[in-house]
Amino acid sequence: MTQAFRIENGGLINRDKKLSFKFNGKTYFGYEGDTLASALLANGVHLVGRSFKYHRPRGFFGAGVDEPYAVVQLFRNGETEPNIKATEQELFEGLEAKSVNCWPSVNFDIGAINNFLKIFLPAGFYYKTFMWPKSFWYRIYEPFIRKAAGLGVASTKHDKERYEHKYEYCDLLIAGSGPSGLAGAYAAAKNGAKVILAEDKPRFGGSLLTSDVNIGNKSGKDWAEGIIAELKTMPNVVVKNRSQIFGYYDHNMLVMSEKVSDHLPSTKKYQPNKRLWYIRAKEVLISSGSIERPIVFGNNDTPGVMLSSAAKEYLKVYGVLVGRKPLVFTNNDSGYETAIEFKKHGVDPVVLDSRKNPDSEIIDEAKNLGINIKNSHVVVAAQGYKKVKSAEIASISKDKKQLGKIENIQCDCICVSGFWTPTIHLASQSGNKTKFKEEIDAFVPGQSKQNEITLGAANGVFSLEETLKTSFTAGGELSKKITENDNEIAIPNVVEKKFSQHDKFWCVPLPKGKNYKRFLDFQNDVAVSDIEIALREGYRSIEHVKRYTTLGMATDQGKTSNLNGLQLVSEIENKVVPAVGHTTFRPPYTPVSIGAIVGREVGKHSKPTRKSPMHSWHEKNNAVFVDAGVWLRPRYYKRGNENLFEGSKREAKNVRTNVGVCDVTTLGKIDIKGPDAAELLNRVYTNAWLKLPVGKARYGVMLREDGIVMDDGTTTRISENHYHMTTTTAQAANVLSHLEYYLQLVWPELNVNVVSTTEQWAGAAIAGPKSRDLLQKLFPNYDLSNEGLPFMGYMEGDLFGVKARIFRISFSGELAYEVNVESDYGNFMWEKIMEVGEEFNIQPYGTEALSTLRIEMGHVAGSELDGRTIPYDNALEGLVSKNKDFIGKRSLLRSAFTAEDRQRIVGVVPLDKKTSIPEGSHLVKDDKAQLPNPKLGHISASCWSVEHDNPFSLAILKDGKNMIGEKLFAMSPLKNKVIPVEIVSSHYVDPKGERVRS
Amino acid sequence: MLYINCPHCGMRSQNEFSYGGDASVKRPELNKEVSDQEWDNFVYNRKSLRGKHLELWQHISGCRQWIKVERDTATHEIFRTFKADEEVA
Repeated sequence: MTQAFRIENGGLINRDKKLSFKFNGKTYFGYEGDTLASALLANGVHLVGRSFKYHRPRGFFGAGVDEPYAVVQLFRNGETEPNIKATEQELFEGLEAKSVNCWPSVNFDIGAINNFLKIFLPAGFYYKTFMWPKSFWYRIYEPFIRKAAGLGVASTKHDKERYEHKYEYCDLLIAGSGPSGLAGAYAAAKNGAKVILAEDKPRFGGSLLTSDVNIGNKSGKDWAEGIIAELKTMPNVVVKNRSQIFGYYDHNMLVMSEKVSDHLPSTKKYQPNKRLWYIRAKEVLISSGSIERPIVFGNNDTPGVMLSSAAKEYLKVYGVLVGRKPLVFTNNDSGYETAIEFKKHGVDPVVLDSRKNPDSEIIDEAKNLGINIKNSHVVVAAQGYKKVKSAEIASISKDKKQLGKIENIQCDCICVSGFWTPTIHLASQSGNKTKFKEEIDAFVPGQSKQNEITLGAANGVFSLEETLKTSFTAGGELSKKITENDNEIAIPNVVEKKFSQHDKFWCVPLPKGKNYKRFLDFQNDVAVSDIEIALREGYRSIEHVKRYTTLGMATDQGKTSNLNGLQLVSEIENKVVPAVGHTTFRPPYTPVSIGAIVGREVGKHSKPTRKSPMHSWHEKNNAVFVDAGVWLRPRYYKRGNENLFEGSKREAKNVRTNVGVCDVTTLGKIDIKGPDAAELLNRVYTNAWLKLPVGKARYGVMLREDGIVMDDGTTTRISENHYHMTTTTAQAANVLSHLEYYLQLVWPELNVNVVSTTEQWAGAAIAGPKSRDLLQKLFPNYDLSNEGLPFMGYMEGDLFGVKARIFRISFSGELAYEVNVESDYGNFMWEKIMEVGEEFNIQPYGTEALSTLRIEMGHVAGSELDGRTIPYDNALEGLVSKNKDFIGKRSLLRSAFTAEDRQRIVGVVPLDKKTSIPEGSHLVKDDKAQLPNPKLGHISASCWSVEHDNPFSLAILKDGKNMIGEKLFAMSPLKNKVIPVEIVSSHYVDPKGERVRS
Repeated sequence: MLYINCPHCGMRSQNEFSYGGDASVKRPELNKEVSDQEWDNFVYNRKSLRGKHLELWQHISGCRQWIKVERDTATHEIFRTFKADEEVA
């Protein structure tokens, strides 16, 4: 198949490498170095999609990041990605793409009927029409809108691609590799500064690739190539193409998305698909250039209407003619560059210039080439449905209000130039308050807010000579401040054409009796009439007009539409543009893949996974694991076909009858040392700590300053000034920060040091009536009798040569011990316990059995200490000292906390002794009461009591103290259950606590 | 992302720190009679002001020190940072 619109020679594509690709199922050919857009245009394909609202045919409007139309669904390596701009997607062998927003096909789209209904779809249509009846919204309106609107379709498959994050620091970050970026980078690099130069396109050089200029006796393109080549050899310079700096954040942090693999048929091994760079720069040079803006006229969205600069780029970079009968419509000299380029390739353009008597070097050149130029002429409307066939043109009066006689001229494309809009997104995001520059009818950066400077076209400077001069100087000055080097750089001689003043003209009036749609925002189908409606309806703030009409809210974020929208509002409102102001520029500048933002933190990498030193033993012994915070803990050890319920019941029962061992390594551990350690504990915990003897442990509860329980655990006095604190698994980090806060800020006079030792100790809880016998065999040389090591006692022992800490503490309510050894010996300890414990019928038990044991004992844990309960609620008021002050004590005097009917922990048993009560169920008096049924309390934890062989739950219940014996209902609408229950004591097993002391 | 000068470690990115609220809050002394209003102010009431704000941050992924940061809540500009025990003039 021939590429009918590809010129013989020229362009920067590699004609030696032909590539095949498919668009909407049809095979085409292009060359290496093409974009999908340029390759399609080379094949004469102008129809690529349908518009968002009216489903009007859409072609190509730009040649890069500003493209509003050519959004496609891309298929690559068995995956699909929506909303890819064809103008940015580089061609690779085997690329496949499809049109979006059209059904059944781009050529015949049923939704296009909206085009004929457009009188019914004005601004705010959805807001006004789909308001009532309310019940219609979910069933009819929303599904309809969702089906009709929208662009591509996201893949539902797991994304196999890898995305990386990278943190980088540099002296000078330069956004954009056009003339100002290259000059700034070069000067800074020569001064030895650490430079990062980022270019979003595959090729460096920006406007130099397409402009007809000379720098230092070389063409602009050759000069750019020379600079890039030299920069690449310098060790202090990082040069990145395909890399878009899309956000400027606080404190000179910029984020850049590097497309590592999008231009390849598949991602290379060991390479990511994209790499997100977080760059902290000392200085930022914004050289993001400018984007040509359109002139608004009738049917200006017809395929074949495109920016004049895009037509030039397709020709000069890709060797592609966007048409053979071009019409150039301009209000400034740029249009002539495009016209001359056409002429050079044997195509005769017609130029319509809105100005009366424009005069400049380039216009003379065009005249000398014999180009047909019509001054004071405008395009009134494009004609043609799926492609421009002709244009209605007319002369225009000096005040731009009156059109002359309309004539029709044949053309196959309309290249439009309404002058240039500086790309000020990054500068604005940095906090720079932009200002309106009358001479160019556009906003430019104002006073710098962060360490940023904007140069060249992005700053509204369109002279190459001035751009190079200011950029070389800026690069040199900024780097000198940092490196203190000062290398003089000779500024090269520049040959460029001087431009004359552009025409302050942006919208062609409608001819009498015609109602052409004149589009401002091409992707969201926002026309001049929509803005007019919004203003008539009272919308004044530009931010409101934007949201009501969706102007500038599409994926191109209004790069070609915002300024014209502002011009229109200011004209109707009779205000100057700066008084209307512009909408906020928010990152990202261009759409960024969610994958790139998430990076490597997906799946099991979304958070770290922590494993105890005994983890491999658990694995070998059929442990079923559960996430406990960031830890993996055995939930139960599966035997045969046991399920969780059966397994945990067996394990819990074995603890009650024989002995079990549980991995408690995950408990938070904090080492506390210093002469004032006891005083610190006394202030942190609610109970008294000053008299705890060496070799004793104590249970403690700590509060937040608002009186709510923060955490609980045991702390042991290892020696005179040395304590070992344990916290719950979940609160370990918070408790450490809490202690550090008080030690560093509130009571710096206390001589205490705290440090986390959670990872340093491996812990095993040995629980059950036979635990002492087992322990005695593990430590045969120690007196472990009830007198030798009483309840809450502590001693150090020798476990077959390994130093161990032995605590007599119990969470299960049984006679129990906890043994700690240094983590590296954890597995050794565990295996010894299992080996020696065999004769006592030892079984390991997991978190499920652990919960069962603590619940039926009425021991509180995270589900009761949920950030809403005070000590009284948990029946812990006995631990609240009346004789000393502590963190949060004053808050306990709050009237709500001392109310007679204050909530309190209770036990709950189903009347049928069979039905387990779902956790989270509400306790209510009357299950038939009218909704909302007054809630008396909630089920905090549930288990199957192995002692009583029936379900048992804990609950936090209003006036729980006086509710024992009451009959209530536990209701769980989620599980659709209503269970009649009886309230009992929370201590369901061994209420006197005799076993732990036995 | 903020760039915070830890007085102990130097310039570090915000993701190494955790926020600790208003640094001007003074905890009432232990064992002192405190009125409801005074306690309420200490526990709950914060100005949430716009502009210069002295606040606490902890360098949790660094030296673990609590530091004071003088920051503009509207612009995020950081003017000065102090060690926990440094007097803020």
